[in-house]
Amino acid sequence: MRPLHIIACVKVVPKPEEVKVDTKTMTIERGNVRSEINPPDMNVLEMALTLKEQHGGKVTVVAMGPPLFDPYMRLALAMGADEAYLLSDRAFAAADTLATSYALAQGIRKIGDYDLILCGEESSDGATAQVPPGIAEWLDTSQITYAEDLEVLPESGMVKAKRELAGGYEVIQVPLPCTASVKVGANEPRFMDMERKAWAQTDGPVTVWAASDIDVEPEMIGLPGSPTIVDGLAQAEGKERKHEFLAGTPEERAKVLIERLRPYL
Amino acid sequence: MTKSLYGAKEASGIWVYLEQSQGQLEGVSLELLGKARELVEGQRIPIVGVLLGDQVGGLAQEAIAAGADEVRVADDPLLSQYTTDGYAKVITEIILDGKPDILLLGATPDGRDLAGRIAVRLRTGLTADCTDLKLEEKSGLLIGEVWGFGGGIIAYIKCPDNRPQMATVRAGVFAVPEPDPARQGKIVNVPVKLAEKDIKVQVLEHVVGGGVDITRAEVLVAAGRGCQGDFALVNELASLLDGEVGVSRVPVDEGWASRDRMIGQTGYTTRPKLAIVCGISGAFQFTVGVEKAETIVAINSDAEAPIFEAADYCIVDDMFNVLPPLIKAVKKARGGNGGR
Repeated sequence: MRPLHIIACVKVVPKPEEVKVDTKTMTIERGNVRSEINPPDMNVLEMALTLKEQHGGKVTVVAMGPPLFDPYMRLALAMGADEAYLLSDRAFAAADTLATSYALAQGIRKIGDYDLILCGEESSDGATAQVPPGIAEWLDTSQITYAEDLEVLPESGMVKAKRELAGGYEVIQVPLPCTASVKVGANEPRFMDMERKAWAQTDGPVTVWAASDIDVEPEMIGLPGSPTIVDGLAQAEGKERKHEFLAGTPEERAKVLIERLRPYL
Repeated sequence: MTKSLYGAKEASGIWVYLEQSQGQLEGVSLELLGKARELVEGQRIPIVGVLLGDQVGGLAQEAIAAGADEVRVADDPLLSQYTTDGYAKVITEIILDGKPDILLLGATPDGRDLAGRIAVRLRTGLTADCTDLKLEEKSGLLIGEVWGFGGGIIAYIKCPDNRPQMATVRAGVFAVPEPDPARQGKIVNVPVKLAEKDIKVQVLEHVVGGGVDITRAEVLVAAGRGCQGDFALVNELASLLDGEVGVSRVPVDEGWASRDRMIGQTGYTTRPKLAIVCGISGAFQFTVGVEKAETIVAINSDAEAPIFEAADYCIVDDMFNVLPPLIKAVKKARGGNGGR
């Protein structure tokens, strides 16, 4: 088999604890919010780089988003990825999972010659986990969701992984090309390589593609290509709680708490 | 706009994907039937269950008792285990034949695996991981409530034009309905057009059961970073209270606890009567999974920890100082009422 070509899909997300809703305008205030690579996507990069070390080949990073994603693409290059493509166009904005998976799939199709497409289990801002099976369907690849311990078997052209189930797990084997979502915490992401960092920042191959650079139907991307719409937003309000702080020695507190919890004992 | 394979005019009924494993329906499938019944209260909208598997026909009656008016059963040895390709092919044919208006699936690993795949095949919208469902008053459109940004923000999502309107729903957000054995319903066996060559997935190993189901626990004792991997006291307290041990993300990442105990956005949504939360700071991602608890006790050494904002009773101290006298007091209290 020729060397592996692994596509690592990543997303840059606002740090969730910093996001607020303007309840008057019902918009999400992202102005001063710091961003990061979606934490589960760090597991994607680590898995891609490990597989490259095992089998040879290259790792191509793909993301869809505004130009401000550029430094995060370079961060992935500094970790060890070979090249990066950023699909960046206002026409891609406000896409739901159907339109997002379509645009990413068309970007990956243009990059071409892929064996394994790795995605995060979910993103911390949307947490939908539906994009990876969507990419798999658009590109007609096999799929493994919630994968860990992923092994590529070059002789048979198969990929094997352990996959989470409700109350258990399974080990499955599917043919390449395959789209897999990597289970959160499947590995320990490496730090960036300081020597690569300088290269990534100045000479790192980050290619930006607009919608017109890839073969997409304009009505199938962004807001027009999204069958779902957001009908409203609200700041989550928890249930009213008592907030009673118990003081005293550990024994005194235990005694008071037991009184409060009597109905459950 | 990307057009779905059929339109709203042809579509009717609420369909629920009946996920089964080892001869049992997943709890979330029953929860969805119960919720669907509630949504159509007073309206003549049929609720149809779709059941795929090998010799699973016996489960159809259970689905009818839980609220289905009809169950379409695809029974075939090739469906004995879930495979993305096999199940996606068969359910897509059943959907294109019956043209549901709404299709609900449990947000289990297999439910999400299937939903994401067939939503694209059907070119329709999918609202994933819903924490509530309702029907819009005039239009009858499905509105899915989803938590974004780690649970800090709620969004309401709908799919006006494409069909079916698909949603996956987390286990435990709706109650399992009381079965009504007298309910009548229709069971339809659908032909399965599936050949061995259609299934490229090889299942080499399949292990389920023996795990815990924290979504059903009445009492949860949850531990996080603060336990430093030492679960002895937490286990003892949970067992004294006939409860289960839950965890936040850290113990799973650290390998201290298995994933099936994880509470929160990436874990399970729980609705216990009592949750005792020890050494967990209480980020949104965690609290979203426990906020349906009737009563929450928080124990944390950091007085500023956000978990206290979500708690009824708060103790600012190291959990290892708090738990020993608490366990002693529980033993004493339990001894006093007959030591159940």
